[in-house]
Amino acid sequence: MLRQKAFMKKTKSGKVLKVVKEHYLRDDIWCSVETCKVCEHSEPVLSAVPSINKAYRLPHYIIPDTNIFINQIDVMEHPLITNVIVLQTVLEEVKHLSLPIYQRVRDMIANKEKRFYVFSNEHHRGTFIEKLKDESPNDRNDRAIRVATKWYGNHIKDLNPRVSVVMMTDDAGNRDKATADGLQAISVKWYIEALDNAEILDMMSSAKDLDDGQKTIYDEHLSAAHVSNGIKSGKYLQGKLGISSHNYLEGSIYTKINGEEGTILIVGRSNLNRAVDGDIIAVELLPKSEWRTTPTGVVVDEEEEQAEEESLKAEQEAAATAAKEDALDTPQPCGKVVGIIRRNWRQYCGFIDRKSVHTPAGSSAPVNVLFYAMESKIPKIKIRTRQAHSLLGKRIIVAIDSWPRTSRYPIGHFIRALGEAGDKSTETEVLLLEHDVPFHEFSKQVLSFLPVEGENWVVQPEHFAGREDFRSLNVCSIDPPGCTDIDDALHVIPLPNGNYQVGVHIADVTHFVKPGNVMDQEAASRGTTVYLVDKRIDMLPSLLGTNLCSLRSNVERLAFSCIWELNKDAEIVNVRFTKSVIASKASLTYEEAQNRIDDASMQDDVTSGIRILNMLAKKLKQRRLDMGALTLASPEVRFSLERDTQDPVDVEMKELKETNALVEEFMLLANISVARKIYEKFPDSAMLRCHPQPPSANFEKLEKAVARFGIEIDHSTSKTLSDSLDNAVLPEEPYFNKLLRIMTTRCMMQALYFCSGAQIEQEFRHYGLATDIYTHFTSPIRRYSDVMVHRQLHAAIDSSLSYGDELTDKEKMNDLCGNLNHRNRMAQQAARSSVELFTHLFFKNKTEEEEGYVIRILKNAFIVLVPKYGIEGIVYASAKVSKTADSGDAAAQPQPILVYNPETDCLQSTETLAEGETPKTQVQLFQKVMVQISIDDDLKGGGEGGMRQKLKMELLKPWIEGISVHGISNKDDPEAHAVTSKKREEAPVQAQDKKRAGKRTKA
Amino acid sequence: MSRAELLSPEGLRIDGRRPAELRKITSTTCVLSQADGSAYLEHGNTKVLAAVYGPREARHRALVLHDRAILNVELNVAPFSTGERRRRSKNDKRLLEMASFVKQTFEPVVIATLYPRSQIDIYLQVIQHDGGTLQACINATTMALIDAGIAMTDYVCACTAGWVEREAAIDLNYIEESSDTSEVTIAMLPKSSKITLTQMESRLHVDKLEEVFRLAGEGCKQMYEVMDKTIRDRAEDLARKMAV
Repeated sequence: MLRQKAFMKKTKSGKVLKVVKEHYLRDDIWCSVETCKVCEHSEPVLSAVPSINKAYRLPHYIIPDTNIFINQIDVMEHPLITNVIVLQTVLEEVKHLSLPIYQRVRDMIANKEKRFYVFSNEHHRGTFIEKLKDESPNDRNDRAIRVATKWYGNHIKDLNPRVSVVMMTDDAGNRDKATADGLQAISVKWYIEALDNAEILDMMSSAKDLDDGQKTIYDEHLSAAHVSNGIKSGKYLQGKLGISSHNYLEGSIYTKINGEEGTILIVGRSNLNRAVDGDIIAVELLPKSEWRTTPTGVVVDEEEEQAEEESLKAEQEAAATAAKEDALDTPQPCGKVVGIIRRNWRQYCGFIDRKSVHTPAGSSAPVNVLFYAMESKIPKIKIRTRQAHSLLGKRIIVAIDSWPRTSRYPIGHFIRALGEAGDKSTETEVLLLEHDVPFHEFSKQVLSFLPVEGENWVVQPEHFAGREDFRSLNVCSIDPPGCTDIDDALHVIPLPNGNYQVGVHIADVTHFVKPGNVMDQEAASRGTTVYLVDKRIDMLPSLLGTNLCSLRSNVERLAFSCIWELNKDAEIVNVRFTKSVIASKASLTYEEAQNRIDDASMQDDVTSGIRILNMLAKKLKQRRLDMGALTLASPEVRFSLERDTQDPVDVEMKELKETNALVEEFMLLANISVARKIYEKFPDSAMLRCHPQPPSANFEKLEKAVARFGIEIDHSTSKTLSDSLDNAVLPEEPYFNKLLRIMTTRCMMQALYFCSGAQIEQEFRHYGLATDIYTHFTSPIRRYSDVMVHRQLHAAIDSSLSYGDELTDKEKMNDLCGNLNHRNRMAQQAARSSVELFTHLFFKNKTEEEEGYVIRILKNAFIVLVPKYGIEGIVYASAKVSKTADSGDAAAQPQPILVYNPETDCLQSTETLAEGETPKTQVQLFQKVMVQISIDDDLKGGGEGGMRQKLKMELLKPWIEGISVHGISNKDDPEAHAVTSKKREEAPVQAQDKKRAGKRTKA
Repeated sequence: MSRAELLSPEGLRIDGRRPAELRKITSTTCVLSQADGSAYLEHGNTKVLAAVYGPREARHRALVLHDRAILNVELNVAPFSTGERRRRSKNDKRLLEMASFVKQTFEPVVIATLYPRSQIDIYLQVIQHDGGTLQACINATTMALIDAGIAMTDYVCACTAGWVEREAAIDLNYIEESSDTSEVTIAMLPKSSKITLTQMESRLHVDKLEEVFRLAGEGCKQMYEVMDKTIRDRAEDLARKMAV
């Protein structure tokens, strides 16, 4: 091995620091071309006969420059592009500019079929270049790329079969220089056009081909320096934009305004100024006279949106005068986007708007069409495609390239098609993609870390080292029917002193998943198992999840046990933790366990154990409730699926049995005990879970609404809240209490994982469970947090155990918590979307009349919850003029039938009222209504362009002229009352922490 | 943004080396005419000068051992040796500690019983610092002691190895050292493969220790080749001159 030494840089930074670095230039960096005889590479990446393109006579390897990857990454990812030489210079620049793109390039390099080879040109003797005097770093890098291209050209010129290299760049100056050097250079556009493939042509990013003559629609964004100065001086406010799910022209940021936390509304296209949901933006506050008070309405499409904007202006003027008279309602601060600090664009699933396709069918000329994202928060995206007609009615993925000032909509490009809209598997893929759920199969590499014995793995004598033998105990597990990943089991023994020994045994996943290996990394990135209605996306390979770790009955399994001694009143006398081997005697369903308790003739050991556990669980629960734990509710439903097609045939509310609570109580107890233990051992880095107290602003509307019934909600502590919920019973309305609990759930904050060193001890509190410390320990098969907690607990009980800094490093733990929180949120949303999807399938070709309750009031609509199906839908409060009428006409504006009254937070009829008179008709929170539910047949995105507006809810009772429809027999024009089904936004917090609240599906 | 990549997925370190490669090593002996033995050694940009005086009469009577010689090691780091100019006091605890490491390393190797009632002084001067000072000091000392003709049972060759991102690597430079990598320095007697010093100040997972040790051991052997060649060349050179 030859080594050459060359002296490199002397850089100066801040403190005048002289940096002297060595740089060894090498002779042993190979070209990796299959036919090359000179180089000694062992596994050549580049094939002997590489890409062929009409533009060139010879087959060639492509050497792209940095901007090709940054701007055209989707093209590069296309299977047609292979045999690419990625220069180290390029790779480093890409990494510097965009980490996500760097990651995608790395993924391509790892993919053997793509044949991407990284050539470390900066370390190669023949291709390394010194920066010249007066040369900018960019010019130096461009030159490095040219030098490397030249080197490759010379290196492979005598190979047989003959090949060449082509440098790909969109920089014309660089191309000219390359041609002057005798190199072949080409732009992406020419190259792709010569490939003659419609799909890849569509994928090309269209950032630059705009005429400048167009009139500008938006204000210019301020420069980055300007923005950062403005934020420092307090002139601008920084925040992450969250767009309202009802109205994509209304967003808000949560930030500090004059030292106080608050929300700033950003309303309207020009105020949003090209910001997209999730972007980090800089906002300037508007003058107080333009602040607004009322909630906004729902915007469905263009015409309405324009009307909305006009009415907005009028309203603002009115509001300005009204604000002076009515000091009661403080207007919300409003702002305007002045700059974008960081874009958060991702790939979006959606569909092409049929109305925007004007070419005749079969035409393959490129056309500009509009794309609707499934996510209603995303504006329409303009894309250029040659396959508009074949893509109609399909779900496709699109990326945003840019949003110039001259364009009303952002400009993007097509990436790939997923399949027919409405198809169950397509829609499931869409919802997984939309929620960023990794659902690919486990790679071979991951599977290689499974035990070699596979299914035949059994507990061996050597496994008993450091474990207690609990095989003789009467351990049993209680789970939902059809559950295959059993991660907990219980036992109880009455002790001679009258106390009880209770054990919770949790699957010992960490015995199989060792820290840092590929399987562990994969599990950490997945974070959680995702439960959809018809399938499960596992966190761990199923050999572990459903077999080796699963605590099935009558097999020996490794477990991590938590053993208490409880006295008669279920108070903890002592607790210890140990690794163990157990053999479960029975795996029961909730129902079976309940039957055993109830059946007096059953007197076996397992059954009497369950009875004792049940007795103890009731005491535990009572004490927990006395401490102020909340009992919340969520409208969860369960589908009965047809066996073969997996189509839903029936829906029922989930039912909770006493035995659900039994298991839950002991799991909570275990989690709390473990949390204490690991916090003691790792005060700075324990993985814990907290649930912050909700701010009182969350309760304002609810309090107002229930005051009507003479009910008060005191949310100062969880105890008072819990008591007021218990007392809020209306004898004439049995469902009222449940409804109130559902709505309270939505006022709650999200429970979060956190690293104990990152917060003060007072903030560890779990509000919902009313405990001062909490963690997740009991489901390591389906949650990665529990895996970490297992490792920490093991380190806490076994002082001789060696562990790396993954358990002690505060930063790493914090990052991990961030990822787990994100994955968790996404998993919940995906699960809910899946339920929504099945609800839609269920209502296909059906029309049902059902009772519902008003749970939210918007400016021009209200949201109804139908308890029987657990679904929500919007009912409009304005009569919509049929779209078939001349839409340009001013008369086409919707006429409000009911108007919003901010004082009472209800919608009321428009007639003028005398003092003290109640309006003729009004819609208010908690009101019981009859609605008709049906499905919008228009799945193919025709007429209304509404492929995502599927569930339709129409008011039957009370009868309001212009809004209500006559039952099924007397169905109106279906388009007169289009209704969007919207995603329920708030997660029921409790459900995730209460172990079983419907997490599992039929396997 | 994450910190710099210390080891690229292509298997090259930031300075272009592969994980198991040493930096360029240059060494000469007999560089100071005043001293009884001296050596100058470069590990890449880490440059160390070693001078040995003795065996000679001990300075302080009280310290004299009647059956063997005492070793005295002093280490000095030049203010200009690092990027930031910094003068270190003579009583800098890090330097004293490092000096005592060197002393402990050589005590079992130098055959001190041959020189009773005397003292051997070793002065080390770090001229430039780019990671791996301790290994360079030990290697330089070995050569200076040989140059001084002091009896030793074997060479002492030192080498560092550490866990860089996902692989064990040897002879870490300053950038690699300062980005929180776990680093082990070992000193070895190459003929017997005995280890006279191991030093580690950070956490390293026990599973990785073996690999790191193996690599450090190999590094020591490589060091031995280089040092032995220098010494032999020097000896041949001297022999030729004496013959004339």
